[in-house]
Amino acid sequence: MRKLGNRLLGATALLLLAAAPAAHAETLRLLTWGSYAPDELVKKFEAENPDIKVEVTFSNNEEMIAKLRATGGTGYDLAQPSHDRIYAAQLEYNIYKPLDLSKINVDQMAPNLVDGVKQNTTIEGQVYAVPHQWGTSGIMANKKEAPDAKSWADLCDAKYKGRTSMRLRRTILLGTAFSMGMNPFDLYADTAAYKDMLDKVTEKLIACKDNLKTYWTGGDDLSALMLSGEVVLSETWDSTAFKLYSQNPDIVFVPPETGALAWIDTFAMPRGGEADDAAYKWINFVIRPENVKVMSASTGSLAAVPNAADLLPDDKKAAVQAAFTQADLDNLKFFANIPPGIEDMEGIALERIKAATN
Amino acid sequence: MYDLSCASITKKFGMFTAVSDVSLDIPSGSFFSILGPSGCGKTTLMRMIAGFESPTSGDIRIKGQSVVNVAPNKRAVKMVFQHLALFPMMNVGENIAYGLRCRGDAKADIPRKVARVLERVGLPGVENKQISQLSGGQKQRIAIARCMVLEPDVLLLDEPLGALDLKLREHMKIELKQLQHQFETTFLYITHDQSEALVMSDAVAVMNAGRFEQIGSPRELYDAPVSGFVAGFVGDSNCLHGKLVEVRGQEAVVELDGGGTVLGHVFDASRAGDAVEVFLRPEALAIGSGSDSIRLDGTVDSLLFNGASSRILVRTERGQLIEIADPLAASTVSQGDAVALSWRPERARIFARRHA
Amino acid sequence: MTGRDAGRLSLILLMTPFALWIGLLILLPQIGIGYVSLREKVGFNQYEYGFANYAAFFGEPIYRNTLLRTAWISILVTILALIIGFPVAYYIAKVARQRSRAALFLMCLIPLWVSDLVRAYGWIVLLRETGVISTTLVSLGVIAQPVEMLYNDITVVMGLVYTVILFMIVPLVSTLQGMDDALLEAGYNLGGSRFTVFRRIVVPYAMPGIVSGCIITFMLAAGSYLTPILLGGKNSSWFTEQIYNQFITRYNWEAGATFGVLLLGFTSFVVWAGLRLTGQSLATTVAKE
Repeated sequence: MRKLGNRLLGATALLLLAAAPAAHAETLRLLTWGSYAPDELVKKFEAENPDIKVEVTFSNNEEMIAKLRATGGTGYDLAQPSHDRIYAAQLEYNIYKPLDLSKINVDQMAPNLVDGVKQNTTIEGQVYAVPHQWGTSGIMANKKEAPDAKSWADLCDAKYKGRTSMRLRRTILLGTAFSMGMNPFDLYADTAAYKDMLDKVTEKLIACKDNLKTYWTGGDDLSALMLSGEVVLSETWDSTAFKLYSQNPDIVFVPPETGALAWIDTFAMPRGGEADDAAYKWINFVIRPENVKVMSASTGSLAAVPNAADLLPDDKKAAVQAAFTQADLDNLKFFANIPPGIEDMEGIALERIKAATN
Repeated sequence: MYDLSCASITKKFGMFTAVSDVSLDIPSGSFFSILGPSGCGKTTLMRMIAGFESPTSGDIRIKGQSVVNVAPNKRAVKMVFQHLALFPMMNVGENIAYGLRCRGDAKADIPRKVARVLERVGLPGVENKQISQLSGGQKQRIAIARCMVLEPDVLLLDEPLGALDLKLREHMKIELKQLQHQFETTFLYITHDQSEALVMSDAVAVMNAGRFEQIGSPRELYDAPVSGFVAGFVGDSNCLHGKLVEVRGQEAVVELDGGGTVLGHVFDASRAGDAVEVFLRPEALAIGSGSDSIRLDGTVDSLLFNGASSRILVRTERGQLIEIADPLAASTVSQGDAVALSWRPERARIFARRHA
Repeated sequence: MTGRDAGRLSLILLMTPFALWIGLLILLPQIGIGYVSLREKVGFNQYEYGFANYAAFFGEPIYRNTLLRTAWISILVTILALIIGFPVAYYIAKVARQRSRAALFLMCLIPLWVSDLVRAYGWIVLLRETGVISTTLVSLGVIAQPVEMLYNDITVVMGLVYTVILFMIVPLVSTLQGMDDALLEAGYNLGGSRFTVFRRIVVPYAMPGIVSGCIITFMLAAGSYLTPILLGGKNSSWFTEQIYNQFITRYNWEAGATFGVLLLGFTSFVVWAGLRLTGQSLATTVAKE
């Protein structure tokens, strides 16, 4: 017993010793997307700033908000929500704090994206986010099997029965609305009209259910479906499509004719963050051109810096060039700020679709 | 006709022979015991009779019918297990009714039969008690009742008294014997406790290393053992080691290891020069001098008072402790006294030495 | 200090972690969830209290049906786990030798060494249209076209049975191990057939293990998330998915909390009903001394 006690004491002492130096260092707690904090960059950053330790938590838009809402904006020092998910969440849950733009090298970022994000996330004159990566949602087609695919509606084309897929989330609701000739972003303000639109979209997607092989739930899932050839046409993130292009050049990203839906992932600071300086350092660190290369290689998306496409790895650059023409880029539909209540309506629509049997 | 006979039963487990060429015949209505140390094969033999093992060779007959190919649940042999194996999830009545229901007795008859057997074992009206509410002795009787309600040809009992405390065990010995009389059923009782076997049985088979050493009445085993093993296992004995130096008819002279000679009778085929053991029952010894070769000298080591089983312990000159019966506890010797022990030569039994 | 005080002190010390655990990690969150479920959002940062969320649940057939579906499939999973798990447990506890027993037990544990996610992907690799089984059958000429074995309820049931069966086997093994072989032999000796011995001796004896195994399995199945989501098809919704959606994608904590309370209440009800139907009670089985 005595011996055990001594051992426990010894172990505790060792733990305390090990913990002691860490107590001095600052910790930067990142709440971000999978692949948005490649090991290579984290190590490099820690080497440049020996007093900062980076802790990464991978998440997605919905969970980021839920987590910060649950903790009242504490527990993380830097978050990366999409640009359209900040305004309402901030108004309703007050989970972020304004950015000090003087501490960020905004001039190294792509001006149009910076302005766009500013417009979306300015509350009472204060800016809450700056852009980091951007990309689009659209459709991905296996050119051999589905050479003519060009619209969201093609997912429901009986030609491809049993060989298409989508993620049952809000993107497909919006895309389908566009393909039916409606503009959901214009309807955001009018709840009744939006509800009406959702009903039509729901009906269409329920009818479409038979045509699908399955709903995909994540990037790995989708990649396996496309690469195996079980699915030839699917709703997708462009980055996933770009990754697959390097493995099978028949698989390309197709911006739908109504315009690919564009999102910008941003940097925003949780209200209870405790390492603001470290957070600013990280932001400025990852927009340095040599670091952008590493980041884009990991995310597969374009960085919010000028000439971002040139900083992509070669295979990705080819994929982007194969996917987008200038006309496509001009036709991008950037997600608009989601007003409160919209997501609840969309949630009901999604549940109806999932539960429907026909 | 015999209720149970075994003919040349052998059971091998791989290379190991657990039971070797065992034969026995048990007359109807008798109480038969198999007595042997643990590992002697007696449990295996019983399990073969019950049908849980099948013999490698030989035949088992119940009331003259071979049962070797009869499944255990079809044999008219019931068994009381070592730990009784009463079903804990059933109450007393259900435990006893189990066998009747398996046999397919008419539902209406079962309660009556259960009540009657409970009466016969002296526990009327306990049908609705849980097993855990019974005392050790009561459980014993329920276990017997559970078998007897099926009126088996033979009842097997596998050391059922082992788990009881001493006092209860003494009591149950007598009670078992009475139950056996009452039911007039053949009991085959297995034990390693020689006193249980001697007290209850009509006949006892002494088993050692898979074989029967001797079958006989308790008195025969006690008074006329046929081997050193039986002499040592049945009843108390003092055992002296030595070498046979001279045989004159039955009488023989043994030179003890460490010096001295004693006189006894040879009961087996030992010849001059063989290593032997001399067995002396405590009650065959008396304090007081005899002739030279029927005496041992020693000093009184201690007096063990135990009523009619009182003993005197004497340490011989070579350091061995010898027990002498002192049934009246009336001996006048006291600790430290020098004494001489004597016996009648025919009560010193000489057998070939057992392999240690 | 008297011995009695010392005894009381050590009792308090022993019970404290347990009480803290129950209190902080189970009771408190449940109270919180119950509280949130009674709250109704009427406007921006404005709340009212009442049973509106519960009314909303009962008014919407999608939610009711999903809950019933979840319960039925979980019951099916429990029954299958019992039917498959019992012989396995019996073999491990009664038939296998001491040494192979440990190995067998370990083999049952192996699935737990990898996460839910990996296990689900294992099934996917096997069962998908271009997966191992389909491809093998085609190359053996058993079937002409690849078949899709994924994305339906049967796959969900299979995946869940695989995930939860260990929690059925462990309690069964430990109760069966406590059973003296002599009980079985006595059962035969007194004239019982194999079936009689199984039905009247083995099953009643194993009842505490069966009850606790079934409760754990049912609760795990009803509360599982990844397996039904990943293996299920287009139509296979699961109640935990609804809870996730309410909390995470719809920011509707009130409805999510309501669903949570309802899931707990409903599964508890199913367990209670199951005990009643089979004539068991917790006191005579799980809590039996």
